[in-house]
Amino acid sequence: MVISEPKPLEEILAMLEGQQKVFIVGCSECATVCQVGGEEQVKAMAETLAQHGKTVTGSVIGDPGCHLLGLKRQFREHRAEIEAADTLLIMSCGNGAQTAADATEKPVHVATDTLFVGRVERFGQFREMCLHCGECALERTGYICPVARCSKGLQNGPCGGTTAEGKCEVNPEMDCGWLLIYNKLKEQRKLDGLREYVPPKETKPHPAERVVPREGPPGQGGEA
Amino acid sequence: MSLRPVLQSDRFVVTGEVGPPKGTNVEHVLEEAKLLAPLVDGINVTDIQAAAMRLGSMATCHLIRDLGAEPVLQMVCRDRNRLALQSDLLSAWVLGIENVLCLTGDHPTLGDHKGAKPVYDLDSVQLLQVAHGLNEGHDMMGNELEGRPNFCLGAVVTPGANPPEMQILKLEKKVAAGAEFIQSQAVYDVAAFAEFMERIRHIQVPILAGIVLLKSAGMARYMNANVAGVTVPDSLIEEMAEAGKKDKAAKAEAKKADHVVNTSIEIAARLIRELQPLCRGVHIMPLGWGHHVPAVLKVAGLR
Repeated sequence: MVISEPKPLEEILAMLEGQQKVFIVGCSECATVCQVGGEEQVKAMAETLAQHGKTVTGSVIGDPGCHLLGLKRQFREHRAEIEAADTLLIMSCGNGAQTAADATEKPVHVATDTLFVGRVERFGQFREMCLHCGECALERTGYICPVARCSKGLQNGPCGGTTAEGKCEVNPEMDCGWLLIYNKLKEQRKLDGLREYVPPKETKPHPAERVVPREGPPGQGGEA
Repeated sequence: MSLRPVLQSDRFVVTGEVGPPKGTNVEHVLEEAKLLAPLVDGINVTDIQAAAMRLGSMATCHLIRDLGAEPVLQMVCRDRNRLALQSDLLSAWVLGIENVLCLTGDHPTLGDHKGAKPVYDLDSVQLLQVAHGLNEGHDMMGNELEGRPNFCLGAVVTPGANPPEMQILKLEKKVAAGAEFIQSQAVYDVAAFAEFMERIRHIQVPILAGIVLLKSAGMARYMNANVAGVTVPDSLIEEMAEAGKKDKAAKAEAKKADHVVNTSIEIAARLIRELQPLCRGVHIMPLGWGHHVPAVLKVAGLR
């Protein structure tokens, strides 16, 4: 799940300055779950924009908003409304915003800030669990990711910053990921696994543009 | 004299520490280094300590080396990727720096550039392994070096971390990766430290217990609340508070107010004396009170 949150309204209005007619694009998946670009939020945005003197020419809920071919098809179904608009306002994540930008000739603006890929704890609560590093270490670490859940992404054990309460000194709200790993493996009598030296990772999450299926030499990426 | 032979001797090892300035005025840091030089076996130079941007460790180490002292380059994983870390290690060697302490490094959010990108491309164990590889004549990809360093490598441990087993697992890895000496986080509870040392009896490299001079009762309470793995016992806090009261009274009567400083020196010296039978040395972190280190060592009966 791609977790995003709405940008402040003032920022959105500033982006839309000088553009009177707006077509709104939501998303049926993550942005709906995050309540930033589902049916309800798109409707509310249309009302808000109208209150601020804009004309909303129409809207569509991308199914999902990050499906390039699918979104192009949906845009064709709304051709007239999009043609009538000066700009598109995208209420989904950064993937959706760029997908929309590629699916139309019109200028686009994004109404959200994308935060992380995470899980849904419960309604409206999300937690980052994976940084999609491409070298999954979970089998070794008791299914608690040291890349995502240690503030420093340490591979060979904790730093000295575990507080007396078992939290991370970087963020007192956050459990020390390595303490979680240690406790889990101790419980499973698998602490010996932590004695092994873990070499540096080769694949980094940024700034590689990664695609599947892979083309070219590993790590070189290729054309989607 | 180089640090390595001292570590390999029977002598009780004493290392000190200085922090580079925020700016280019090196007068004070070099004065502090000059004062420490005849008293200690090595002087650590912190690497952008507490993630607060300042003059670099390598340049400061080089200047300290020019004074005839023995610098220990602290190198953290926070700011440089594997290319820069390895290159800086080679650079340090050609500038005459023989000792490197490998650390993870405080997170940028604890410093004065909170939005800085944290790197941590390598962790401290991997950095030790890589530095050890440079000593052996190859970079971390196995490419041969034209001329190699011969660093004496060090690492750190937090004896007060809970649970200690988690720290010990990592300490074992650090030693296996090439650490020749270990400096610890500040120790105030000698009994707890003795227990920790008992748990790591199997570790053969010298352990130098960390000594941080207490500047006030408030500083002790602050550390208890904010510095992970450091616990100042109430009895020491009371000693410092009492000294603070005496100083306040002395000031009111326009008398000499040196109780806090003397108590701080006495506590540090007492800790050193009590730690002496437990470990191979001490690492003194004066945090700006370098001018009191000679007195600490004198009272401790070391110099």
